[in-house]
Order: sequence, then C-alpha cells, then structure tokens
Amino acid sequence: MTRVVVAMSGGVDSSVAAALLVEQGYEVIGIMLRLWGEGEGAGASTNRCCTLEDMELAYRVADHLGIPFYVLNVADFFKKTVVDFFIAEYLAGRTPNPCLRCNRLVRFDWLLRRALALGAEYLATGHYARVRVVDGRYQLLRGVDPHKDQSYVLAVLGQHELRHAMFPVGGYTKEEVRALARRFGLPVAEKPESQDLCFLADGDYRAFLRRHAPEALRPGPIKDTRGRILGEHQGLAFYTIGQRRGLGIAAGVPLYVVDLDPVENAVIVGTAEELGRRSCLLEGVHFVSGEFPSAPFRATVKVRYRAREIPAWIIPMPDRQARVVLDEPIRGLTPGQAAVMYDGEVVLGLGIIMRTEREPPPEVMETLAASVLA
Amino acid sequence: MAVRTVYMDHSATTPVDPRVVEAMLPYFTEVYGNSASIHRFGRAAAKALEESRRTVAAILGCHPTEIVFTGSGTESDNLALRGVAFAQRRAGRGNHLIVSSVEHHAVLNTARQLEEVFGFEVTYLPVDEYGMVNPDDVGRAIRKDTVLISVMYASNEVGTIQPIAEIARIARAKGIPFHTDAVQAGGMLDLDVNRLGVDLMTLSAHKFYGPKGVGVLYIRQGTPYLPTITGGGHERGRRAGTVNVAGIVGLATALRLAQESRESENARLRRLRDRLIQGILERVPDARLTGHPTERLPHHASFVFKGINGEELLLALDVEGIAASTGSACTSGRAEPSEVLVAMGLPHDWAIGSLRLTLGKSSTDEDIDYVLEVLPRAVARLREMQAVEV
Repeated sequence: MTRVVVAMSGGVDSSVAAALLVEQGYEVIGIMLRLWGEGEGAGASTNRCCTLEDMELAYRVADHLGIPFYVLNVADFFKKTVVDFFIAEYLAGRTPNPCLRCNRLVRFDWLLRRALALGAEYLATGHYARVRVVDGRYQLLRGVDPHKDQSYVLAVLGQHELRHAMFPVGGYTKEEVRALARRFGLPVAEKPESQDLCFLADGDYRAFLRRHAPEALRPGPIKDTRGRILGEHQGLAFYTIGQRRGLGIAAGVPLYVVDLDPVENAVIVGTAEELGRRSCLLEGVHFVSGEFPSAPFRATVKVRYRAREIPAWIIPMPDRQARVVLDEPIRGLTPGQAAVMYDGEVVLGLGIIMRTEREPPPEVMETLAASVLA
Repeated sequence: MAVRTVYMDHSATTPVDPRVVEAMLPYFTEVYGNSASIHRFGRAAAKALEESRRTVAAILGCHPTEIVFTGSGTESDNLALRGVAFAQRRAGRGNHLIVSSVEHHAVLNTARQLEEVFGFEVTYLPVDEYGMVNPDDVGRAIRKDTVLISVMYASNEVGTIQPIAEIARIARAKGIPFHTDAVQAGGMLDLDVNRLGVDLMTLSAHKFYGPKGVGVLYIRQGTPYLPTITGGGHERGRRAGTVNVAGIVGLATALRLAQESRESENARLRRLRDRLIQGILERVPDARLTGHPTERLPHHASFVFKGINGEELLLALDVEGIAASTGSACTSGRAEPSEVLVAMGLPHDWAIGSLRLTLGKSSTDEDIDYVLEVLPRAVARLREMQAVEV
C-alpha cells in the first residue's frame, strides 16, 4: 500500500484531502505542524494555523478517518526561515510574501524530508492546485476553482517536490469540497476560511514589526519623484507601494507611495499616473520544469496573490535574473512580492520583484526587439 | 494499518494483569464502603486495605504502619521531599537538600521549587558516563545543615541502578533521612528497605502490571515528616483523602505477583534485552548503549544514535507499529537533548538521538526480530534525510 503523509491544519481543505486519500486506498498519516506564533513559550502555539482548537479538530478528523496523527514542532525552524525573513525583507524596504517561503522551506522541504523518511511516497496538502505528468516531467497546474486557485504560492516547487506532491482537492471547487466534508461526516465542514498571515497575533503586520523590529521605526523623509521633501514618515516598513492613506501630507492631487528607498530611508510619493509601472527586474528566478530558458518568451504574470494576470514578455538573464515587460502598466508592482508566470493553466515559475520601472530601460527594449525579429 | 504491533515501552506503563483486575473488581461494586467509616461497609473496605498494607509491608520488610498509600509515584515523591524538608526546617535542623542530577522530574522539579520558592539550598549530584552517582560525592556534598538526600533506585531514562545501599550507609552515619524513588525498580529489584537502608521509598503500581493512579510512600518510623496533603486523618494523618481501596488492592496483588515471578521473569527479560542490545549495536552504525552495561534494569535497553532526532525516530517506529520512547519527558520537537544525557557527558549531536526500548511480560523473540528488522532502516532513512539538510 502506498503511504502518504497529509499536512493537516484542522481546516476543511486538508481534512477533505486526507479523507479523499483514505477513500482512494492509500495508507494515510496525518501530520500537523506546530508553527511559531507571537507569545511562543506559553504552552500552546499562538500561531493561528495551529491553535489548540485547530489541533483538536485535526485530531478528531484523523480519529474519524482512522489514521495516525502526529504534531511536529517546527516553531524554531519556522521562526528562523520564515518570520525572520519577513522582518528582514521589510527592513530592506521590500514587501515579502512569507507563504511562498513557508511552502518551499517548511512544507516542501522540512516536512517533505520527514515524510520520505517515514517511508511515504507522497506529501499531500489541502492546496487548490494540480500536478500533471507530461513525458516524465511534472507540471504544476492551477486549481480548477478560479476563486480558490493557490498555484501562486506553490510556484516555488520544482521537479523533486512535485514528484512527491499531491493536492487532492485541486480538482474541486470550494463548494464541492464543503459538500465532500459533509459527505465524509467531517467535523470541519462549516469552518470559516482563514486569512492574513498566520503568525501575526492580530493580523496587523505594522504592530508586529513595531514589537519585533523596532529598528524599522527609523523616521525619514517623504519625497516626491523629483526629490522635494513633503513630510516625514514613521519607518519604511509601515508603507507599501500604492498606499494613499496615512501619509500625513496635503497636496492638490491624490498622492500614493510609488517607491521605498532603503538607502536614503525615504518614502517616495507620486500621482496615480506615476504609480503605473510596466517593467520590473526579477531575482531568484525559478522554473518549475528545472530548465532555465535562454530566449525571451510570452507568459501571463501575476504580481501578487490576488492580482489580475497581465500578458507580458519575460526576458531571461544571467544569475537567475529576468526582466518582465508587461503589455500594460499596472499599479502596485511591489519589490519583495513574487511575480508568478503562467502559460495557460500551467505554472511556469516565479521570481522575486527587486526593482520596478515605469517603462523598461531602452536596452531591454532593444534585446526584446532583436529576439522577436530573430 | 501496520502489519504488527510491538509494545516496547513498559517503563512508561504496563497493562494490568487480568488476575489483578479480578482481585480489584469486588471493591468497585460489592465492597464499596469508605474505609474510614465505622459501620460494617466501612469495616469490610478497611479490612481489604489493611490486608493490602500487610502484603506490601511484607515485601518491603517493614511494619505495615510505615506504608502510606498515595495517588501516584509523583505524589509520593512530592510528599517525601516536601514532607521531610518542611518538618526538618520546622525543627530547626537546616535548609540543605541533596538530590542527583538525573532524578525523574517528580523529584527534580519538586527540589527546584523548594529551592526557588521556599528558599532551600539544593545540591545536584553529578553522575559518571553511565549515569551513576558516586557515593563519595554524596559524602562530600553533605553539610551540617543537610536535612534530606534523595537518589533514585534505577534510572527511568538509561536504566542504571544506583548504589543505593552505599549511599544509605553514608546518610545513616550522618543521621540524614534518605529517600529513594524506586518507581522503575518496583517488581524487578530487591525492595527490602532494611537491606537497602532507605528511610523513604516511592513505588507506583502501574509500572508492575497494577492499575494507574496508585502509589506507595514508605516512611520509616521516626522519620521527620510533615503532611503536605492535609484534610482528614487518613493514612495516619500522612496523606489525607478518601482511600482508593480497589486501586490499593490492585497494587498489592500486582506487587505480590511480580515478586513471585521476579527471578524467572528477570532472567527471561535479561536474555531478550541482551539480544536486543547486541543486535542493535551490530546493525546500526554510530549507535551507543546509554546507561550502565551491567548494573541496569533487566528489561531496559537505551541508546543514542548520532545525528538524528529521537522524537522523529519514535514517529518512524510508530508508523511501523513499534511503541517506544526517547526515555525523557518530551520537549516536543525542539532539538534540546535530555538533561540526563547531557549530565552523562554526551555531545549534543548524540544526545538528541535517544531511544528507550523497555521489555515486559508480553515481549517475545519475534518482537526483538521485528525491531531489529525495522530500526536499522528507520535510522538510515532519518540520517539520509539529515545529510541533505541545508
């Protein structure tokens, strides 16, 4: 019998994932990760992904399904690799997405290794995404429910991870999954969705940074795009690209945060027009296929988890960098966020946005023109 | 799901012997009186209670009035340490306690509280590489104001049997009460309090095929003792609370049965244990036996494996149907080694990879074969996993 470890959270999706695998005849082992939360050390985790209540629910689901269930404490590793990274990125003037990092390093490395060491062939999660094998290569596909698709946060996975990954609910809509939960008699069918970052006590990342990275509180100038000082900010980490409220400056036209400059410790503001960007530089570029293309190619790009996809040119560069030139300018292109590239329903890969431009530099356009003509 | 199950965690607890269950049953439904009541219902319960007390006293070689029944081994340890410490302080004899650094948490955390909250001074005795206390260290630690010494009879974690009789002689010569936590030794080792020379001794029924929730505290006549569970005059005022007659009957029956089969069962367990130890040391590279090679409990095998996490090994064994323990009270998931193994001088990358396998009545050669088949593979897989960790 093929052994599968299911990462259980006490939520509907991972519970149904476990139930489906049991029904399909796998030997299923439930594992819950105990993650770091503020107030760590007071007994139960204060991380909202694994409260005592969730743990109890996951335990009841496992008991209902007749599968063994273990809680693994990964708090220290999670703090080191995800939370400290989150803080460091804000200090560097970027807006990180810690969920991608968690999926890559906590779920699909730390936990996957342990699943394999337990003799499991697969690690299953409750994500809305799918895996497909084409000619011996593994592809990551969107989940079929467009409202729930979570392929964005899984774009960090590669061939090794996908070979051992299962997303049993990826072929269903959320409504179908809730119906399945009721059919399986799971005690979690009506549980509300979780939002926000799991390790924030109150969902307020600014308050979190104030508590855990007071050095982020260094005030500095608010400047316009021509360098004129318009006011003072409270610390770069409290501002995000596209933000309009809370700037404390009066101007004739609405002003938005268009850039954060960690070198000058300055918040740069501009008009709505100046907020629009159509080019960015990606670093740490990763392709799910494991093959780094050499020529520019077309793809659709998602620049945030919930952003609309924009058609674009991707220009691969040395040192795992790439340039993205979007077909139309968008607001909210933010350093630190991941730009995920799709070809239809297939996830191609991602890179982390490091620098943004209103228009691509001329040499980029030249490269692009040359390659398109060729 | 697992093909077979093997229980190798008898130091955690044992199943209740069916003969013990049989003996207990009437005391739930038929003989249900409160042993403190004056009427015939109470007298019937009191009779069973006192018979049990005599059974236990005979095995310990003491007077029945020196036996106090409690709610657990932990409770007995708590009563012993606080009871003696408070009585001694009240009598103005001093403020200093000596315990070993490898005690069970029931003793260790009680000593720490006496230190931190109640202002006692505590000396924690070191141990050698086998987890053994040197009696000379006890002698050196004794001060004019030392009022209690507590050293466990046998280690739950590494199985080492401590030189209790020698320590007792040293304590006796200085007139200092000596307590031993004999929870792991109960049913296996000599429990005669005079041969051992102890003044207080803790036992727990569920470690020798008796029920959970019943313990014994032996208190030698004349030992300074202040009750720290106060209430009615139960157990001659030494431990208040309605007496658990059924449980106590179970404890006494279980101890008597264990005593009767002790010699032959110990020999059987020793043979199985030695096969297990030898097999593991042969088949698993970078493995060490922890605890003393010969002065150890007959059913106890404990190891460290370099470079793996003991808790993850437990999980891998459980998936294959083998029930084991790391040996220490869990610090769940954190790569913090056990204090006992650190006290024994093991380096960190060895000490976190601990495993305790403890045999019992149900253990067979087939169980040993199965563990010898599964364990080497589980350790190898975990090492493979660790090797590529970034």
